[in-house]
Amino acid sequence: MTSKKTKWGALVAVGVLAIAFGWLIYGGLDSNVVYFLTPKELAAKGEKGYDVPVRLGGQVKPGSVVWDDKALDLRFAVTDGTGEIAVHSKGAPPQMFKDGQGVVVEGRYGRDGVFQSTSLMVKHSNEYKAPKAGERPAEMYKSLMKSTKT
Amino acid sequence: MIRLLASNAILVALAVTALGAILTPLAIHRGRRDWLMLSYAAVYTNFVLVTVATLALVWGLVSHDFSISYVAQVGSRATPTFYTVISLWGALEGSIVFWAWVLGMYAAAVVWFNRKREGNLVPYAAMTLLVVALFFHILLLGPANPFQPVFPVPFDGPGPNPLLQNHILMGVHPPLLYLGYVGMTVPFAFAMGAMFSGEVASDDWARITRRWTLVAWAFLTAAIIAGMWWSYEVLGWGGYWAWDPVENASFIPWLTATAYLHSVIVQERRGMLKLWNLNLMVGTFVLTILGTFLTRSGIISSVHAFTQGTIGYYFLGFIALVLLVTLVMVAGNSDKLGSDGRLDAPLSRETVFLLQNMLFTVFMFTVLIGTLFPLVAEAARGVKVSVGTPFFNRMSIPIMVALLFLMGVGPALPWRKGAGPELKGKLIPGVIVGVLVGVAALVAGARNAYSVLAFVFAGFALGVNVEEFVRGANARVKAHGEGWLTALMRLISGNRRRYGGYVSHIGVVLVAFGVAASSTFKSEQEATLKPGESLTVSGHTVRFKSAWMREEKQRQVVGATMEVMDGNRVVGTIEPRMNYYPTSAQPVPTPQARSLLTGDMYMNLMAFRQDGSNVTVKLIWEPLVPWIWFGGYVVCLGAIIAMWPTRERTAVRVESAAPSAPRLSEGQA
Repeated sequence: MTSKKTKWGALVAVGVLAIAFGWLIYGGLDSNVVYFLTPKELAAKGEKGYDVPVRLGGQVKPGSVVWDDKALDLRFAVTDGTGEIAVHSKGAPPQMFKDGQGVVVEGRYGRDGVFQSTSLMVKHSNEYKAPKAGERPAEMYKSLMKSTKT
Repeated sequence: MIRLLASNAILVALAVTALGAILTPLAIHRGRRDWLMLSYAAVYTNFVLVTVATLALVWGLVSHDFSISYVAQVGSRATPTFYTVISLWGALEGSIVFWAWVLGMYAAAVVWFNRKREGNLVPYAAMTLLVVALFFHILLLGPANPFQPVFPVPFDGPGPNPLLQNHILMGVHPPLLYLGYVGMTVPFAFAMGAMFSGEVASDDWARITRRWTLVAWAFLTAAIIAGMWWSYEVLGWGGYWAWDPVENASFIPWLTATAYLHSVIVQERRGMLKLWNLNLMVGTFVLTILGTFLTRSGIISSVHAFTQGTIGYYFLGFIALVLLVTLVMVAGNSDKLGSDGRLDAPLSRETVFLLQNMLFTVFMFTVLIGTLFPLVAEAARGVKVSVGTPFFNRMSIPIMVALLFLMGVGPALPWRKGAGPELKGKLIPGVIVGVLVGVAALVAGARNAYSVLAFVFAGFALGVNVEEFVRGANARVKAHGEGWLTALMRLISGNRRRYGGYVSHIGVVLVAFGVAASSTFKSEQEATLKPGESLTVSGHTVRFKSAWMREEKQRQVVGATMEVMDGNRVVGTIEPRMNYYPTSAQPVPTPQARSLLTGDMYMNLMAFRQDGSNVTVKLIWEPLVPWIWFGGYVVCLGAIIAMWPTRERTAVRVESAAPSAPRLSEGQA
């Protein structure tokens, strides 16, 4: 092994590996990027919107919630004011789930026009904010307790 | 009063670090070594000043001094004292104060231990530490100032983020992470010092910082495990790792640091990879700052992102500065960084180390690209995307499986020369264990090829690494007639670094078993239960007894008492809860797990009827998950064994290193 030859050999090897790695990463990203869409945007995607992983964000359409607590089967519609998408999900919804609540649903949109959800999150500001002046924690607490009674 | 004391302390610290940093090159160029003592003094003074500021902030929190902006932001009279104290790192400003303190401590300690060393390496390392400290002081006086006046002074505050005061691990994970993250500044500073002083051709920078790097690495490892544990115990989804950007931020520098711990051995033994090691350590530091940028700038929304202010620009500017300076310095020193040795045989331990380093680097880039991609996509194309777990799993599982294999092969292979006849004997125990574990996994129902391979290679690595202890101890028993346990202890203390490494390997195997089993055999079931009804998952049954509600000082708790059944006998209870904090609209789920040797029964309360007539609960059977936490302890134990000072040997080998920078044994590491 002369050092010059080794050096070039090593460089070529590194180059080939880097290209292979880049190709793998590209392929992996291409098929696994999850788009964050509103119902309107999802509907506008047409054919391309079916059966790919999507995060759907919007509000729970008031009056659309059908919950079977024996079968743990949940159906509702997500709306952004203009479009709406029917969602089906298994399992109990989060405690804060209710009409008009902002939600993010992860899953795939089926050709039958129903979005099959794999995870359902209630949308709330992830960033923690202290109550502003004038907001009374005690009153918030009461209203909170009321809201959990539904 | 406290406020003024603290903010003046930071202001003075800013001046002291700036002056100290400027003084170093001046002193060296003018040949005034006496001035260097002043720049060392700046390091100590800085530590005293940031200690004052940190204690002042803690005192402000404990005494509920709401005239301090940070206390008004995170304090509350109802919060228990423990959570009040640890809310020091519960929000942006406090966490930067704590960071500056940890950095000050490391800097003071490392300079103190090396103060008598001749040459310009330590002065330049001290200068680098001062510059990094200066950056954090600028943050504290600019975008992350915790000591702003509040007027009128409120009577009470909101308390810390509910998620951050829901579990005792919040007192553990953040300090560990800081000790790990900030600790990486020490080897970085010495790497820079080596380049500034031109002492880069000698390995002194790596030798002096060897133990410091190990300390930082052990803390970072413990922090990552504690973070996984926290996520498992608090977030209620039954998992411990989601390739979440903040998790990745802690994991990415860990990958390069782990690569370094291995490749630096090649440098010591064979004089190879000098340039590579320098880059790894500089890279690790930059990745810790990048991680801090990701988690603290608010660019990624998570429980770690506290605010969306201008602080992100400061971090980006600092990263750019570090990259620029290091690029120039590495380019300027690259002629001194040639290899003394070369690869002699393809099947030697060096080769395994090289492959291991390559895999760790590829792993690092994979996670880094996956983490940054959403930011790039949003900036470039204006689309909101996230990179799903499947991407990370698909890319990283093959790498992890290959690393498990190398962890088994490496210790069995000799340095330099190719495989000899003794190789077979070293590998046989590993192969036997690997096959047994693989068969057990197949019988248990594992069908995924990577999953089976992970079990096989983890078993293989376990066998080979344990064999190293058995073989060494047996040899001692034969040679010295010692008892077997004595022989084992003496074997380990005779070459702590090597055997500490193997102990860590065994810990990694335990973690691997836990991860492989829980991702292969996890099963879960959700059900709405009336009192007396039960739910069974993988042969583990719980029965719903009652739902209850209780007031605590800072929150209201709703819980369900679930009885763990063994046939008709109640053998224990699990009480998953939901905690309501007055400042948060969202209840904080508080799952509970019952740990057995074979796994966890993990229960989460999903929903409840207000009258207590039924609850919806989820029961997850999490096989071998406790092994992950235990394996984490073992990995850290290995690191402690490896970093433990060896007294006898230090006396022999002090001729070139500073008296306080003892070398570990030069034996086969």
